[in-house]
Amino acid sequence: MHELGIVMHVVDSIESTAKELGVEKVTKLRMEVGEVSTVVPELFTDAFDWAKKRTQYMQDCDLELIIIQGISYCRTCRRTYETTKYAKQCPFCGSYDTYLVTGNEITIKDIQVIGGPDAEADAPPDTDPSQVTADPPQDTADSPQ
Amino acid sequence: MGAAVRTILLNKSVYADNDAEAELLRQRLKAQGTYLVNVMSSPGAGKTTTLIRLIRMLKDEFSIGVMEADIDSDKDAVQVAAETGVASVQLHTDGMCHLDAGMTAQGLAEMEKGLDLVFLENVGNLVCPAEYDTGAHMSITILSVPEGDDKPLKYPLIFEKSSLVVISKIDALPYFDFSLEKVQRNILCRNRDAKIIPVSAKTGEGMEELAEFFRGTVKAFKAK
Repeated sequence: MHELGIVMHVVDSIESTAKELGVEKVTKLRMEVGEVSTVVPELFTDAFDWAKKRTQYMQDCDLELIIIQGISYCRTCRRTYETTKYAKQCPFCGSYDTYLVTGNEITIKDIQVIGGPDAEADAPPDTDPSQVTADPPQDTADSPQ
Repeated sequence: MGAAVRTILLNKSVYADNDAEAELLRQRLKAQGTYLVNVMSSPGAGKTTTLIRLIRMLKDEFSIGVMEADIDSDKDAVQVAAETGVASVQLHTDGMCHLDAGMTAQGLAEMEKGLDLVFLENVGNLVCPAEYDTGAHMSITILSVPEGDDKPLKYPLIFEKSSLVVISKIDALPYFDFSLEKVQRNILCRNRDAKIIPVSAKTGEGMEELAEFFRGTVKAFKAK
C-alpha cells in the first residue's frame, strides 16, 4: 500500500514530464532507492508494473532500481559506518549521536524517451545513460576494526 | 533505423512536489495566523480521544478546527464535532496510507478562515504519514502504553519528525511491561530535541501539561 502511493505519484510525475516535453513514449525509468527508505524494491516493481498501464506514455516502460547504501555519520568520533549493520549506534565508539547521510533517497533519476521535438538534435540512440548521468563517486563507509 | 531513444536527466526526489506545496501552505497559514498541528499515531493509540479532551481544555482560549483523515468513514469527524463543539472536516484518502499537502489544503479550504489552531488527525499508521510533509507547523506522535516502549526503535522516521511525543493511556501502565524511562531513552535516541508528555485522556493525568504546551506554542507563533 505504501509503495503503491509512491508509485502512483511517480507515474503521474513522469506522465506530466512526458506531456511537457511532447515525447511519444517513455521506454525506461531509473530510480534511486535508499536501503533504509522504507521502500521494498519487489513491492515497488510490482506496483509499478500495474500503475504504468494507467498512462499511454508508459505502457512498455522498464524500471531499473538503483539501491543506495545506507551510511550513517557519527558526530562523536566523526566516522561513517553502514547503517543497516549497526543502526543508530556507532560501531567505533558506541555513541548514539549519529545521523543518516545516505540511504533515505527515493529519487527519479532519469528516463529514456522516444520521439518529441528535440529527438533529432539530442543524444544518439546508443548513448550510454550511465555516461550522461554519472555521479561523482560516493564516499563509502569506513570498516570497523 | 528505429526511433531515437534519448535520456532525460531528472534527478528529482519523489517528495519534491509535495515538499514545495507543503512549504507554500505553511507560509499561507502563517499569514492567516493559523497554527497547524499534524497528529500521527498507529490505529487505536488514542488520537481522537486525546484530541477531544485537549480541545475541550483549549477551546475557550483559541478558535480551533479539526480535520480527520481516514481511508474511509466519517465516524471520527462526527464524534469530535459532537463532543467538542468545534468545526470538524472529514478527509478521505481513498485507500492511500497517508495525507499529503494537497489533501490537507483541500480540507482547510472547507474550514472557516483565520482559526487559531487546527489539528490534522493523520491516518493511523507509523510508517507512511511520516514521509509526507502535510504543511503543518508541527508534527506530533501519540504512542500508547499497550504498543510497547520499543516502537521508537522500530519506526525511527516518525519519531525523528515529531517535535512532541505524547505517551497515551498511562492509566494502563500497571498492566503492561512498559517503561517510561526506556521509552524516553528510545525517543531521545531518535530525536534528541523531542518533548515528551505522558498523559491519560481517561483520568486526565498529564493533560494540563499538554494543554499548556499548546497554549505556549500557539501564543509564540502568533507573537512572531
